[in-house]
Amino acid sequence: MNDMNDVLKRKNRKYNFGFIDENSKREIRRKILKAVAIPGYQVPFGSRELPIARGWGTGGLQITLSLIGPDDILKVIDQGCDFSVNAVNLKRFIQKTTGVEITEDTLKATIIQTRHRIPEEKMGENQILVFQVPYPEVLRTVEPSEAVTREMHAEMNYSKLWVYLYEEIVKWGEITIGARYPVKVNGRYIMDPSPIPRWDVPKLHMAETLYLFGAGREKRIYAIPPYTRVEPLEFDDFKFNVESFDGKACSLCGSTDTFLDEIFNSETGQKTYICSDTSYCSKVSARKKVSHE
Amino acid sequence: MSKKKILSVKDLNLIHGKKPCGRCLELTGPEVESNICPVCGSIVACADISFDLNEGEILGIVGESGSGKSTIVQCLYFDVRPTGGEAYISCFEEGKVNIFSESSQKKRYMRSNLMGIVYQNPQRGLNFDFSCGGNIAEKLLMAGIYNIKKIRDRSTELLTKTEISTERIDDPPGNFSGGMQQRVQISKALANNPAILFLDEVTTGLDVSVQARVLDLIRQLQRQLGISMIIVSHDLRVIRLLAHRTIVMKNGRIVEMGLTDQILEDPQHKYSQLLVNSML
Repeated sequence: MNDMNDVLKRKNRKYNFGFIDENSKREIRRKILKAVAIPGYQVPFGSRELPIARGWGTGGLQITLSLIGPDDILKVIDQGCDFSVNAVNLKRFIQKTTGVEITEDTLKATIIQTRHRIPEEKMGENQILVFQVPYPEVLRTVEPSEAVTREMHAEMNYSKLWVYLYEEIVKWGEITIGARYPVKVNGRYIMDPSPIPRWDVPKLHMAETLYLFGAGREKRIYAIPPYTRVEPLEFDDFKFNVESFDGKACSLCGSTDTFLDEIFNSETGQKTYICSDTSYCSKVSARKKVSHE
Repeated sequence: MSKKKILSVKDLNLIHGKKPCGRCLELTGPEVESNICPVCGSIVACADISFDLNEGEILGIVGESGSGKSTIVQCLYFDVRPTGGEAYISCFEEGKVNIFSESSQKKRYMRSNLMGIVYQNPQRGLNFDFSCGGNIAEKLLMAGIYNIKKIRDRSTELLTKTEISTERIDDPPGNFSGGMQQRVQISKALANNPAILFLDEVTTGLDVSVQARVLDLIRQLQRQLGISMIIVSHDLRVIRLLAHRTIVMKNGRIVEMGLTDQILEDPQHKYSQLLVNSML
């Protein structure tokens, strides 16, 4: 607490450190603890008003603001990019109200807030990854009522979701879910991993990093603690698979082992690919440059 | 036929009402020709229901509308929670645990692994957002079979058995006729080889020729698979065709129970006599 007060005094701020008042932060931290204790379970919390509209990452933002301390180093990404509007706005807001150091280096950050991607570089035990979640309820596609979905979770009654996957396979010959692929956490709850691509789903399994998920509009927090089993739903004879980028490489850094974004040039009609994780891409480019020299 | 009990029901009752007065049971029943308590206005849907179901047996429950026939089946399938009473299933915890006192997870297990139900209204038994194969798959997925090929094979087998063209496996049940929907419901109910099958007014609302085919199918399945069944119907002809033993109900109580032939030939209770005499 003393450290925080020093920071506040030094910077002469009009807001509390991290904008949200300390009691609210404490409530959110308590909810996070509960979420960590019951992996994959959606814990309701009192989503606070923020100077950013709900639906723009306020769930993740509240988690970040409740956890961040003056010595933390923050990274914010939006679809893998450090410089898109949402990421820049959130970053500025957090920095203005806390004064923490900002980085683009995945390995240097202590807290990373993300929208729809997990960084390519492997994160470690001393880091936290905070996800922004638009739709926390994985069963919403098959059941509109919140009262019923809660009961379904309580009873582990996931047959409707399984039928949904069955019908996908019967209709299209594959499961067409691109992002938000349902996963089973610790053999108990089925969870929406937020709209990360399938590419990122295996990174959730037995990870070293604490993963926290915040849905501000829907007022839910959930978590995957480190070293937790996370299995994508799959059939015995129809296994889960990730996106394939066979024969494609990033046109900037040449990586062939990353999640690639397609860039379409409407003038030439040409398709090129670049890494979705921009900071990783520039890191690889810089390394190559050095080795060339 | 073996005489091993598969289901045993004791003193099952269900009272609808905010504050039953405690005298509801003695003030209602066939003697006073009412199931509404004159003191507190509670409705006694069924009371003092005790019976056994033997392995491979078809038990018929017959009675007029509102006599509590369907209530019994709905209680046993956990659609409604009974006010009191016990029931034991021989293949669940060796028949030693009252199934009504179990947790909702255990009840769900019993529903998806030990029981099947066919409702009068297919809207209730089937999910019209899913295909017909998907509906059968739901029951199999509930029981933990996560293999597309196995699910497809089993669905195809069941649809063949219930005389539905397997080409229509991926059609939604909404595109089917009433009789076909009923047969899809039967396929779904049979998916996990249930120990007990509940049939709640399955032929009501179907035309006579379709009725005959559905009844034929039920009889065939019973003979092939030896499933124990409880058939609820207000139609004595259905009961006569299928049931080995029959329960006659009136105002929420059992008024007579015995071999179907005996009840049809020599009904003892006044109401049973009326019922048999008014049969067309």
